[in-house]
Amino acid sequence: MKKGWIIVAIVALVLAAGTVQAKDWKKVRIGVEGAYPPFSYVTPEGELAGFDIDIAKALGAAMGAEVELVAQDWDGIIPALLAKKYDAIIASMSITEERKKKVGFTNKYYNTPAKFVCKKGAMAEFSRDNIKGKKVGVQRATIHDNYLTDNYGNDVEVVRYGTQDEAYLDLVAGRVDLLLADSVALSDGFLKKPEGKDFQFIGPDLSDPKWFGNGAGIAIRKEDKDLAELFNKAIDKIRADGTYKKIQDKYFDFNVYGE
Amino acid sequence: MDFSIILENIGIYFEGLRTTLILVSTSLLLGLMIAIPLAVLRTSKNYLIQAPIRAFVYFFRGTPLLVQMFIIYYGFGQFEAIKASFVWFFFKEAWFCALFAFTLNTAAYTTEIIRGSIEATPHGEVEAARAAGMSRLLMLRRIVLPSAFRRALPQYSNEIIFMLHGSSLASVITIVDITGAARIINSRFYSPYEAFLTAAAFYMTLTFITVFLLKKLEGRWFAHLRPQTTSNAPKKV
Repeated sequence: MKKGWIIVAIVALVLAAGTVQAKDWKKVRIGVEGAYPPFSYVTPEGELAGFDIDIAKALGAAMGAEVELVAQDWDGIIPALLAKKYDAIIASMSITEERKKKVGFTNKYYNTPAKFVCKKGAMAEFSRDNIKGKKVGVQRATIHDNYLTDNYGNDVEVVRYGTQDEAYLDLVAGRVDLLLADSVALSDGFLKKPEGKDFQFIGPDLSDPKWFGNGAGIAIRKEDKDLAELFNKAIDKIRADGTYKKIQDKYFDFNVYGE
Repeated sequence: MDFSIILENIGIYFEGLRTTLILVSTSLLLGLMIAIPLAVLRTSKNYLIQAPIRAFVYFFRGTPLLVQMFIIYYGFGQFEAIKASFVWFFFKEAWFCALFAFTLNTAAYTTEIIRGSIEATPHGEVEAARAAGMSRLLMLRRIVLPSAFRRALPQYSNEIIFMLHGSSLASVITIVDITGAARIINSRFYSPYEAFLTAAAFYMTLTFITVFLLKKLEGRWFAHLRPQTTSNAPKKV
């Protein structure tokens, strides 16, 4: 019995040491995705670029912290945060209840609705009957995956991809009939490009907070509340001093922040 | 750790198990059917027959299965000519692309395994067959191949297990096999440990069953090589 108490004491000590240890956040490692244009992609030169990347750098500058970007596949992006491979995720991650069970979030840094795309002329209008039996592609483990699985899981065949880029390839190849994704990612990352010329949006803007949350936020480990505060202040700062608008105008011709 | 999420979603794993079993068994069967004639032809002394088989084997043994799958799945989709022809009906489907890649891959490895054992046929067996006046085809059917299969079995057992494990790559091209099921559970509940440990348990069980069955088969095929025990010896009258 005595041994048991010693172990408990050691475990308690280790845990306590973990929480007491304060960080000054002079250096912040940020997990990004790199396969979600125009928010996050890799340039032909092999550099990470995109809205998320610029925001990450701007936030770092506003916080006075050095930023190190770590590219990580979407599938493992939350587990890697929990495993302390980096300290925050800036990867267009929507703030949802499900994710809040595992990680903490800052305030949103943008908010755009989700939409379906399909081949031009494939269907007259969007309806449950019209998409019955079709193959619909989504990126695995996204709000779009959850929305589709919960609302249309019995009507359509859900095809899940590791990255949005792979989903575009299969839509062009005709392996899936529709895609569901963020409207801005679809418009700028696909429809405006040459390979997306035969495709179009269909159906309404989807933004039900039950599935789509309240916009994209920065995910941090739950215990790093101080870091979340720093990020929130930094978001306010770049919103106020025009840095945010400058980055936004570089990629979009409309307001991505929402109300 | 929370294994209740696994128990609640165990159905996904069993569907994945079905997909894995169908994919692996079909590709192994087709691969073996391709490999046997190729292995026989590969032992031919005619260079024109030998060379293309060699090239095929070199390509599939010289490149990773994942790369082969990407070439077939994403690469073929790039060509309008392929997309316009009837073969696209098959290559459109992810499971067919996986089956195609797996079959050719295992065919290449199996060709080499069987070729090796054909070439290791004891010369005496061949001579005896010739002396008995067997034609080449008859000799192949009755002497060379049965004897080669016996020698190939231990190596081929490995190939079966490699194929089973290699099939987990199918999950990369949207197929929900055992690994694909684990990825869905992982992404839904952010519990990689539970999700993949369950997948590991499924694969391990499959491997153990395979190994057990192959051991049985080995025991049967090699029965004539076992030392004769007294109980098997003819009874003295």
